[in-house]
Amino acid sequence: MSVLLNRNTRVLVQGMGREGRFHAGRMREYGTQVVAGVSPGSGGTDRDGIRMYDTVASAVDATGANASLIFVPAFGAADAILEAIDAELPLVVCITEGIPVHDMLRITAVLAETTTTLIGPNCPGAITPGECKIGIMPAENFSPGPVGFVSRSGTLTYEIADLLSRAGLGQSTCLGIGGDPVIGLPTPDAVRLLNEDPTTDAIVIVGEIGGSAEEKAAEYMRAFGRKPAVAFIAGRSAPAGKRMGHAGAIVSGNQGTAESKVRAFEEAEIPVANAPSEIPGMVRKALRS
Amino acid sequence: MLRPRAHEEVWPATRSDRQRRDGTSALRRTFRRDSEPPASFGWPVKLHEHQAKLVLARAGIPIPHGQVATTPDEAADAARTIGGRVAVKAQVHVGGRGKAGGIKLADDAEAARSAARAILGMDIKGLRVEKVYVERAATVRSELYLGVTIDRDRRRPVVMLSTVGGMDIEEVAATHPEKIARGWPDPRLGLLPFEARRLCFEAGVPKALVAAVAAVAERLYGVFVNVDADLLEINPLFVQEDGSVVAGDAKLDVDDNALYRQTELAGWKETLADEQIEERARELGFSFVQLDGDVGVIGNGAGLVMSTLDAVRDAGGRAANFLDVGGGAKAAVVKAALEIVLSNPRVKSVLINIFGGITRGDEVARGILEAIAERPPRVPVVIRLSGTEAEAGRKILVGAPLVSRETMDEAASEAVRLAKEPARA
Repeated sequence: MSVLLNRNTRVLVQGMGREGRFHAGRMREYGTQVVAGVSPGSGGTDRDGIRMYDTVASAVDATGANASLIFVPAFGAADAILEAIDAELPLVVCITEGIPVHDMLRITAVLAETTTTLIGPNCPGAITPGECKIGIMPAENFSPGPVGFVSRSGTLTYEIADLLSRAGLGQSTCLGIGGDPVIGLPTPDAVRLLNEDPTTDAIVIVGEIGGSAEEKAAEYMRAFGRKPAVAFIAGRSAPAGKRMGHAGAIVSGNQGTAESKVRAFEEAEIPVANAPSEIPGMVRKALRS
Repeated sequence: MLRPRAHEEVWPATRSDRQRRDGTSALRRTFRRDSEPPASFGWPVKLHEHQAKLVLARAGIPIPHGQVATTPDEAADAARTIGGRVAVKAQVHVGGRGKAGGIKLADDAEAARSAARAILGMDIKGLRVEKVYVERAATVRSELYLGVTIDRDRRRPVVMLSTVGGMDIEEVAATHPEKIARGWPDPRLGLLPFEARRLCFEAGVPKALVAAVAAVAERLYGVFVNVDADLLEINPLFVQEDGSVVAGDAKLDVDDNALYRQTELAGWKETLADEQIEERARELGFSFVQLDGDVGVIGNGAGLVMSTLDAVRDAGGRAANFLDVGGGAKAAVVKAALEIVLSNPRVKSVLINIFGGITRGDEVARGILEAIAERPPRVPVVIRLSGTEAEAGRKILVGAPLVSRETMDEAASEAVRLAKEPARA
């Protein structure tokens, strides 16, 4: 019932500070297997019942972890991501906001030569409802079901998941991919994973102004889409040249406009909601057709 | 119009694809030409021309001899020191200063003095000119464009070179896409000498100039990386009568996420008058963008706030601002946010849209209550609380002079309606 993460995923947490500890606890409550924590110098100790290690490699050797969740502050986050990639973890999720874009360029260049999937940075993480949560999202908004969901936003993701869940439309996997201009799993890649997942029957794509990932995703679905999709773009009323909260949410010149994204989805025959509240109805209609 | 491309052309999604792609010739793919416009994007930390040129000069890129002046007398002195013909150039953070009369040529010190007198204090697109840069005028034979920015879609730096210099590169991309050569260097290797040469040959740079231009390109790329730039442009890159090249103008935008390790450049950052409120908001820990409508908006999460602005527009109104209090906002932050929004005299109603996750509805409610108790708002406030502890938050707000709505759409409609009502006595 999922992509990238499921009940067998074994998670280690890099950066077990206040935030890392809090969310590790929340994830365990949800049922996620949190098998290790990594903070250099803390090896051999125990935090909230989680065994600590000095390095990712030693944590993987000892526990068989196959995913990492990163809370390391921005100045050390790139190094933490590369350490996780070096340990050949299949899935790395980075919550940290504010990583310099040049660090992300180097990371994505390395990433392309490995088998690691990086979600984020500057993201809420990913959840396969009922099985595994790797991130900071409030779990109560999500429920298991057939709708695959990818989003560049955080809170808006919770809102839309809540709307879907209330409408009885559970989710296969929700991927909060992050609001930075250079990210590990861009929208088209995430859409492709959901399109190829046999347990996902419909896809919700939540985009924002800035870049052209939504256009590329629409292009991909137009050529290879196997299931219905519904899209939403935040920032239709945003002025050009202003960065709207997210580093990646900016219209520059004629690049990254909402109109261009909406047009691309419409050309791919993917309906675009005007408001989050319209999404559940459109998904239900798409599932019926 | 977008058309589906061949399978390999769609952004690769799977590992096997990535490996296949990268198992072939990474460098060859790095240097593909295409006609897409450059994916440049500007971020807040912009440097002045004279600052950008100092950075270039330190990296060994030729720049004309120049000095900063803040008075006509200083400009005259600078012109005397430099000798010969000089250009007197306004230092402001906007494009198009030449067209606005912000650049004048002067043949001697007296002419430089009067040019500076005319330019200093000038208003260019709403910005007052506080300083000028006086530099030796180049003997121009031809002009090139050379720039580096970040291609978001390819997740690579992109180096652009064109023999159409002096023009806005987006304009060149629109009108003469074939006149721009592009290369996407591997960020781990940097711009290699052969890549720089290939750019020159592809752009049609005269053979005699290739060595000089390629050297500037390699150094420019080095600066781009070393200063954590989002955008670094030399436009125009002058080819002089004697065959030497020199940077005519320079533009440098630095990634503000990297300012912690760019301490010198961070010190050069200037806050414009109309950015002061945005800067204050940043200090308080939230992101704020001033807009020109009359409905003040506060929310949590960039995407949610953007959607709220869209809902305001769809309800027939105009938002006065974007304000994201961020994750886990406590009462004090919400209170500060409300104050900053209400400090805008144009605001006729306020819309607060909170979806509780990490942020708790009761914390938000307490912040609003405190702000209102301290200073009753001069305009109606509409609130929509949902998610974590929203019920507790709504209870806290019972009896407060607020309008509460269940959904984002309803709340937006109400806030727009209230903004349009004539002010109450």
